[in-house]
Amino acid sequence: MSALAAMLARDLRVAVRVGGGALIGVLFFLVVVTLTPLALGPDLALLQRIGPAILWLAALLANLLALDRLFAADHEDGSLDLIMTGRAPLELVVAVKGLAQWLTTGLPLVIATPPIGLFLNLDAKAEGALVLTLLVGTPGLTFIGLIGAALAVTLRRGGLLLAVLVLPLTVPVLIFGVAAANAAVMGPVPFGTPFTILCAFTLASIVVGPFAAAAALRQEME
Amino acid sequence: MRLCASDLGCRRGGRTVFEGISFAVEAGEALTIRGRNGAGKSSLLRLIVGLVRVGGGRLALEGGDPELSLSEQAHYLGHQDALKPSLSVGENLRFWSEYLGGLSSNAGEALTTVGLAALADFPAAYLSAGQRRRLSIARLLAVKRPIWLLDEPTSTLDTTAQEQLGGLMRAHLAGGGLILAATHSALGIDGAKELRLGEPQ
Amino acid sequence: MAVIDLANPSRFLGFANRIIPWLGALTLVVFAFAISRAMNAPDDYQQGATVKIMYLHVPGAWLGMLGWGLMTMAALGTLVWRHPLADVAAKAAAPIGAAFTFICLVTGSLWGRPMWGTYWVWDARLTSVLVLFLLYLGVIALWRTVEDPSRAARAAAILTLVGALDLPIIKFSVDWWNTLHQPASVLRLGAPTIDPSILIPLLISALAFTLLFAVLLLAAMRNEILRRRVRTLRLLQASTAS
Repeated sequence: MSALAAMLARDLRVAVRVGGGALIGVLFFLVVVTLTPLALGPDLALLQRIGPAILWLAALLANLLALDRLFAADHEDGSLDLIMTGRAPLELVVAVKGLAQWLTTGLPLVIATPPIGLFLNLDAKAEGALVLTLLVGTPGLTFIGLIGAALAVTLRRGGLLLAVLVLPLTVPVLIFGVAAANAAVMGPVPFGTPFTILCAFTLASIVVGPFAAAAALRQEME
Repeated sequence: MRLCASDLGCRRGGRTVFEGISFAVEAGEALTIRGRNGAGKSSLLRLIVGLVRVGGGRLALEGGDPELSLSEQAHYLGHQDALKPSLSVGENLRFWSEYLGGLSSNAGEALTTVGLAALADFPAAYLSAGQRRRLSIARLLAVKRPIWLLDEPTSTLDTTAQEQLGGLMRAHLAGGGLILAATHSALGIDGAKELRLGEPQ
Repeated sequence: MAVIDLANPSRFLGFANRIIPWLGALTLVVFAFAISRAMNAPDDYQQGATVKIMYLHVPGAWLGMLGWGLMTMAALGTLVWRHPLADVAAKAAAPIGAAFTFICLVTGSLWGRPMWGTYWVWDARLTSVLVLFLLYLGVIALWRTVEDPSRAARAAAILTLVGALDLPIIKFSVDWWNTLHQPASVLRLGAPTIDPSILIPLLISALAFTLLFAVLLLAAMRNEILRRRVRTLRLLQASTAS
C-alpha cells in the first residue's frame, strides 16, 4: 500500500512543481471556451443552448491533451523501468497514476466550470448539471486516456496520435455527459437516465483502463 | 542463493541479440559482463530483471524468497538515473525507497554513505551527472535486495566515487549478495567471474 | 543616486527595502481618503448605487493594461539589453497585472448583471480584456514551465511583445466596434464627460490602486531577486559539494 501512496504523492508533487502541467489544462479549457463564441458569433441565446456541449468538448480536449506525458516522461528518465520492477501490481500503479492525473487536471476543470459557464450565459440549473456530469465523467475520460498514454510511450511524438487513438473511445462518455446536462435544462428525458449510464461508463473505464494500459506498457517495454 | 542461466537467448525486432548464454552466479559472487558495444550487455541485464522477454533457454533463481519474483529481488541500475528534476534529492530517494518496498528511514543513511546528505533539500535539477549517478546508487543501499544488476555503473563517476562504489559492491558481496555488472572498465572486485558476449563460447 | 544606479540589483534591493514601508503607509492613507470620497460621491441618476463599482472597475482596467505596458518595456530591456532586472520586473508584474485584470473582469461582470441583464456579453471591449487576462495566464504558465530564469525570460519577453498588440485593441474597441460597453469618458480628446463630483473620487481611487500596484511590484521584485540569489547560491553549493 505504501508503494501506491508514495506514487500518488510523487505524481502530485511533480505536477505542481516548476515544469509540472497542473492548471495548464484549465487554461486550455478557458481558451477553447473563449474561442467558441468568437467563431459562432455572440448570440447569447444560442450560446446558452449549446453551452453544455461546448464545455464538455473543451473539457474532453483539455483532459486528453494533458495525458500524453503521463507515461512518456517516466519512460524518458528511466523511471518506468524501475516502476515495472516494483512489488505493487502494475495495474494498481497505473490506476494510481490515473488518479493523480485526474486530481491535477480533471478536478480543476470541474472546479473551473461554474465561472467559465457564466461566459456562455448558463443559468444555475445548467451549471449544477454540468458540474455534476463533469465530476462523474472526467475520471472516465482520464482512465480511458490511460490506454492511449501507455500506447504512446515508445512513440516520440505522442500528442496528436494519442488524441486520434483515444478520442473515438471517449464517444459514449461525451454523448451521455452532454445528454445528461441537456436533460437537466431542457428535458424531455429525465436527468437520471443518461446520468446513470454516464456513471456506468466511468466505472467501467476505471476497471478496464488500468488493465489495458498495464498490458500495453508490458508489451511496449519488450 | 544461486542465479543460473542456461542456453539463454534474446531476440529483439526480429534480430538475434545473443543466444546460447550460460552462466551461474552464487551468493557472494560477482559476474562482469564484457563485450563490444551492441553485443547485448544491456539486453542481458534487462532480460534478467524482466524488462525484455526471454527468447529461449532457461533462467532460474535458486534459494531466493519463494514469495517474490526474480525482478522483485533485483536492483536494476540502468543508464538513466530515474530522477525527477523538480523533486528534491531526498524526495527522489525516499520515493524510490518506499516504492521499491524499503523503509524510508534508510534513505537518510544511504544519502550520507554516497556523500549527498548536505544536498538532501536541493532540487535534483541542480546535481551534476556524477552526483545524479551517486543518488541512483543510494537507492541500492536504501532498499535491501540481494541481486544487483548494474549497467555501466562507473560511467559518470570520478575516481574517488568509483573506489567508493567498489567498496559498496564488496560489502554487498560480503553480505551474501550477487552482482552482475556490464562494464568496459575494471570494477575493483577480486575474483569476479567474467562473461564475454559476442564471442564464441 | 541616479536612476541608472537602480539598474544594479543590489542597489535596487537597498532602494526597495527603504521605500516599501513608506510607500505602503502612503498607499493606506490614500486608500482611506479614496474610500471616504467614493462613499460620499453621489449616485448616478440612472444606475443608482451600482455606479460605485466603477471605483474598483476602472482602476482595475487601467492597471491591468499598465501592467502589460510595463511588461512590454521590460521585455524590450530583456531582449535588447539582456538586463537581469528587466527579467525580474517582467516576472514580478505578471501576477499583479493578472490580478487587476481579474478584478476588472469580475467587477464588470457584477456591474453588467443589473445594467445589461447578463453577467457577460461577447462584445469587443469585454472580449479583448478577457484575451488580456488569458495572455497574462499564458505568460505566468510560461514562467512556471521553464526552470532556468534567463531562458524563461526571453521566451516570456517575445510572448509579451506580441501580446502588447491587444492593448490598443482594448483601448479603441469601444470606438472601432459598436459595443454595449460605454465609450471612453476620462482619457479622451477634449474634456472628460464625467461630472467632477464622480470624476475626482475616481481619480483618487485610481491613484490609490496605482500606489498599491507600485508597492506590490516593488515587493515582488525584491522577492524575485532574493529567490534568484538563493538559486544561484544553491547551484554553487551543489557544484562545490563533494
